[in-house]
Amino acid sequence: MSVTTTPAPVLAPPLAAPRSRGYWGTVGYRLRHDPVTLFFGALLLMIILSALFAPWLSPFDPYKESIIRRLKVPGYMGHLLGTDELGRDMLSRLLHGGRITLMMGFVPVLVATLVGGGLGILAGLAGGRVNALIMRVMDVFYAFPSVLLAVAISGAMGGGVFNALLALSLVFIPPLCRVAETATTQVRNLDFVDAARATGAKLHLVLWHHVLGNVLGPILVYASGMISVGILLGSGLSFLGLGVKPPEPDWGLMLNTLRQAIYVNPLLAALPGIAIFLTSVSINMVSDGLRSAMDVRL
Amino acid sequence: MSAAPLFLRDPRDVGGPAQPLLDVRDLRKHFPIRGGALQRVVAKVHAVDGVSFSVMKGETLGIVGESGCGKSTLARLLMRLVEPDSGEQVFDGEEVGSARGISVAGLRRQVQMVFQDSASSLNPRMPVQGSVAFGPRAHGMGPAESVALARELLQQVGLNPALFGPRYPHELSGGQKQRVNIARALALRPRMVILDEAVSALDKSVEAQVLNLLRSLKQQMNLTYIFISHDLSVVRWISDRVMVMYLGEVVEIGPAEQIYTAPRHPYTRALLASRPSMDPDHRLEEPPVTGDPPNPVNPPAGCRFHTRCPHAEAVCSARAPRLGLTQGARDHHAACHLHDPASGHSLAMVRH
Repeated sequence: MSVTTTPAPVLAPPLAAPRSRGYWGTVGYRLRHDPVTLFFGALLLMIILSALFAPWLSPFDPYKESIIRRLKVPGYMGHLLGTDELGRDMLSRLLHGGRITLMMGFVPVLVATLVGGGLGILAGLAGGRVNALIMRVMDVFYAFPSVLLAVAISGAMGGGVFNALLALSLVFIPPLCRVAETATTQVRNLDFVDAARATGAKLHLVLWHHVLGNVLGPILVYASGMISVGILLGSGLSFLGLGVKPPEPDWGLMLNTLRQAIYVNPLLAALPGIAIFLTSVSINMVSDGLRSAMDVRL
Repeated sequence: MSAAPLFLRDPRDVGGPAQPLLDVRDLRKHFPIRGGALQRVVAKVHAVDGVSFSVMKGETLGIVGESGCGKSTLARLLMRLVEPDSGEQVFDGEEVGSARGISVAGLRRQVQMVFQDSASSLNPRMPVQGSVAFGPRAHGMGPAESVALARELLQQVGLNPALFGPRYPHELSGGQKQRVNIARALALRPRMVILDEAVSALDKSVEAQVLNLLRSLKQQMNLTYIFISHDLSVVRWISDRVMVMYLGEVVEIGPAEQIYTAPRHPYTRALLASRPSMDPDHRLEEPPVTGDPPNPVNPPAGCRFHTRCPHAEAVCSARAPRLGLTQGARDHHAACHLHDPASGHSLAMVRH
């Protein structure tokens, strides 16, 4: 009988004491102490809120044209950010454009996470023929470059916001499916899943507590990185005339139409680009911060 | 969690002390190797090939053998983490998986396992007390109650629950993680624990601590162990009986002292000779086996050891020897033609 009790280290750092926060508590604690993520999180929140409340925030009607007020500099007669090539208020159009642009980022990723992530987890858990079937179908989609695929799908189905969203969703499903499948297959074969099964617990409990938690992390991190890709691709589709149709305001479309104004008023031409840039940078920074906050090993 | 007095019988003890706790008959598992475009079975790995043995209540059965001999597959078969192709498994008189016997879930409540890799056998995103509490929780115990039990068990395996309970696995050392794994295995109050290379990955000093812990837990909780290892000295120290496996088959089984002092099977002798001797006067003269074990996809015909055996004769490659009682010893079985007078081997029954 020589059970050796491991003694507490004498010089234990005081950091070891407040350890009872639980998983989400720890994540929250880390996020609160990460100024970069907080800053970009606030910026992103601001962008989302201003898009959401665009009708109330806009000083002018975004569709109201004026032949005499075309391409005016910021500050001209109450137009805080100037006017575009048809004399419409830039600020109002940017605020309204954010609604569609952000939707292009979030909706396809959400759809692809649910469909692709679900299929991937299923493939990983089932293994064998089900896995082969799902993953080979994904490989077919993988054979096309994603931009080309998005252009081809919306080109074939015609323009419009709904078709663009559908095209982007289809483009995002294969990579998310692959990430989910890889993570699931990896986790499924680890000993702790066997150990959990060996307790005689019901299968859904094992999956819920031991598999899903370890799979969702990589999927969410990857998905959040896709949001900015979605915004860029969506803007690209609008730029090519495959997404949003004029006069609907959209950042990509605005970028396209205003590029002719680059010699007259370069700042105006740059504004939609700046908006796209700020949004994708903040999304990337926030997803990066989330990733490090959610990794318990750090 | 006090030590149960010996006269107080476990209410789960069905057959009494004379009935083996676990009886395995002709257990077999061949893993298919698929190949080609149609994923047809092109070959089979004979991982466990007709293994029979029994484990008495309260004893420790050591299982030794080279890597790839089927030790770990056997452990997973016993837990039904892998489905056997054939064979029966009787737990305390009740056949596992049959309608009138014990269910697989019922078996898993009474038999638990400690895995070799202490790191990958704990969920990295769960505090260790959560991992220990998972089993009781899954069987309907309340959240507060199961965590309290987990902390009690951590205390019992020598970890301060206030300090270590809320930690994540990566914050623990290998030895500490293995203690947590042991605590988890004990959380369901099993009657049998399968220790699959449970101490092999640990430093020697930590290994000794964990072995002592295992021994005292066994006394306190009336446990029966199956101790799988490739470390012959450790197995000798902890085991009452030892089973030697080679290429998915049992070649010798008997009391630990006899296996180590009077091995009967040439493979066992070679295995023992391969370990560095502690005492120059008791050095075994048998040469160690050379070469690698044959591929378990195509095991040799007849006796599987004949390709490396110093006493191999024609009969060895022609007929497979049966596991039989050896002369002059009680409860000591070996599967070798040398110990079967009717085998036709020229050296049969000659004293070794």
